[in-house]
Amino acid sequence: MNAYNFAYLDEQTKRMIRRAILKGLAIPGYQVPFASREMPMPYGWGTGGVQVSAAILTPEDSFKVIDQGADDTTNAVSIRTFFERTAGVETTTKTSEASVIQTRHRIPEDPLIEGQILVYQVPIPEPLRFLEPRESETRKMHSLEEYGLMHVKLYEDISRHGHIATAYAYPVKVEGQYVMDPSPIPKFDNPKLGDMAAIQLFGAGREQRIYALPPYTNVVSLDFEDHPFEASKADHPCGLCGAIDSYLDEVIIDDAGGRMFVCSDTDYCENRQAAGHKGKDAA
Amino acid sequence: MYVAVKGGERAIENAHAWLAEERRGDTDVAELSIVQIREQLSLAVNRVMAEGSLYDPDLAALAIKQARGDLIEAIFLIRAYRTTLPRFGTSKPVETGTMACDRRISATFKDLPGGQVLGPTFDYTHRLLDFKLAAEGDLPEAPMREAQVGEVPHVTEFLNREGLIEEALHDDAPPPDLTREPLEMPAERALRLQALTRADEGFTLGLAYSTQRGYARNHAFVGELRIGSVPVEMHIPELGFAIDIGEVTLTECETVNQFKGSKTEPPQFTRGYGLVFGLNERKAISMALVDRALRWEELGEDNEGAPAQDAEFVLYHADNIQATGFLEHIKLPHYVDFQSELELVRKLRREAGASDVQEAAE
Repeated sequence: MNAYNFAYLDEQTKRMIRRAILKGLAIPGYQVPFASREMPMPYGWGTGGVQVSAAILTPEDSFKVIDQGADDTTNAVSIRTFFERTAGVETTTKTSEASVIQTRHRIPEDPLIEGQILVYQVPIPEPLRFLEPRESETRKMHSLEEYGLMHVKLYEDISRHGHIATAYAYPVKVEGQYVMDPSPIPKFDNPKLGDMAAIQLFGAGREQRIYALPPYTNVVSLDFEDHPFEASKADHPCGLCGAIDSYLDEVIIDDAGGRMFVCSDTDYCENRQAAGHKGKDAA
Repeated sequence: MYVAVKGGERAIENAHAWLAEERRGDTDVAELSIVQIREQLSLAVNRVMAEGSLYDPDLAALAIKQARGDLIEAIFLIRAYRTTLPRFGTSKPVETGTMACDRRISATFKDLPGGQVLGPTFDYTHRLLDFKLAAEGDLPEAPMREAQVGEVPHVTEFLNREGLIEEALHDDAPPPDLTREPLEMPAERALRLQALTRADEGFTLGLAYSTQRGYARNHAFVGELRIGSVPVEMHIPELGFAIDIGEVTLTECETVNQFKGSKTEPPQFTRGYGLVFGLNERKAISMALVDRALRWEELGEDNEGAPAQDAEFVLYHADNIQATGFLEHIKLPHYVDFQSELELVRKLRREAGASDVQEAAE
């Protein structure tokens, strides 16, 4: 792959993306438009995250890619291979050893530390999009902090279902200013967004937006006093490692609809098993 | 006993190998060459160049071969390649008035300077399968005549001289470029035209058709449709003058549309404009109709709420590479999100008193 620059993108493009990232870090939660490039993978498959990663990777980095919490889901494999080929960076599946982690739909269970960067792939960066389809309108709403519509939506959920009926991509407020879409992570992961030691960068390629949370940013999931936000997960321990604090995937294991629950974060689960923890379904 | 799924890497490699075999097909059948595709499937090549925004027939042919004839996939390959190319500079605007026309027709005047030239068109062919083609025989030679020399003036210029059509505003400002700057609304006309010329042909056709059926009808006449080659000139600073760096084939469509006039302006025809790489008049005409529909605001027309009038709707959804990527991404695993929805629905059902057979069985 010598025909391409380090990490695929040319330096001018990386510079443009870095400027957007820096602006995003300076205005936490604000969606910065950037001139997203066509990448050699489809829009909607992580092109925003890939461009952010390409712009920040250095040859010394150790890179981890997860999709649904796992390193070996096909698209995570594909993105990891892309950077192995175009950047030649070291890759790892260990959360603790990675300096840059690109993720789709999850935040790792182990707390991240200072110096690490978490890059999110974002499909629809606009938290107000499904309330107002027009970009020109939603940008205005953000600049005026006009978030009444969002609160009405959440209130209507409660009046209809008794609960806020948003299970993932649960909207948050950043530093008391912008309402932000945390990407489609389960709301279980929302509490990890705030006060995180690592830098969090969000890339939406097709929608041409980058936004960011600098370390230790105040991030609050939207709620009401009488209906406080509640992070939820399947009420089971992990079948393999016995963890009771991790987000679980439900796996159907036989024709009779028998199920088991396993950690979605494969690195977390493997570490626990290696440390001798055993779930009820472990061999 | 459940073991976490592994082996994504192997599966991907094997899928690629199988795909390569399928692309080649039966090896007893001769392989298609790039030149054959370029010469004999030239309209597919043209579409890939237009929507890929890269004028290179050989690369477009290669992309079609690699994509097994899936044109959107081929366009994707070209786009992904294009974005890696260094940008040396910009050409001067091409002058379509000096086009060497293979085809030039006007639906608004029976005859006009430069004449009506049908060119190599499907228009009056009877759509009967030609089984002779299956036999791969030689074809009879088409009659030749001397090419006309001299400029072929634009039809709209004749109308312009009488003040019957709106003046096309001359603007020397560099046009915006949505491949280098993020698309932001409201989009000026130059930007809308750039988006439309690379827009999906089918989407543009559908929108244009909808205006004809009454969703923001704008009474379009094809003032002129021309196809031919134009030289591309580039100013070279070291030389101090512009030189020809090649030529491109373009399809240009100018529509003449009705306009009632207003208190401040006397009645005048208005314009819609379409310009596309290669030979693709369906796309050029569609583009002109959609361009005209999108101009409702500057022409002081009513917003009828028609899809073709809505610049945000049109521009954000016309790109087939964006659309197909996002559409197809729902094939990717979503089990984390689905799981959280499962939990939520189970919880809501429990509270609603519904008996969950599965839950009860546990």
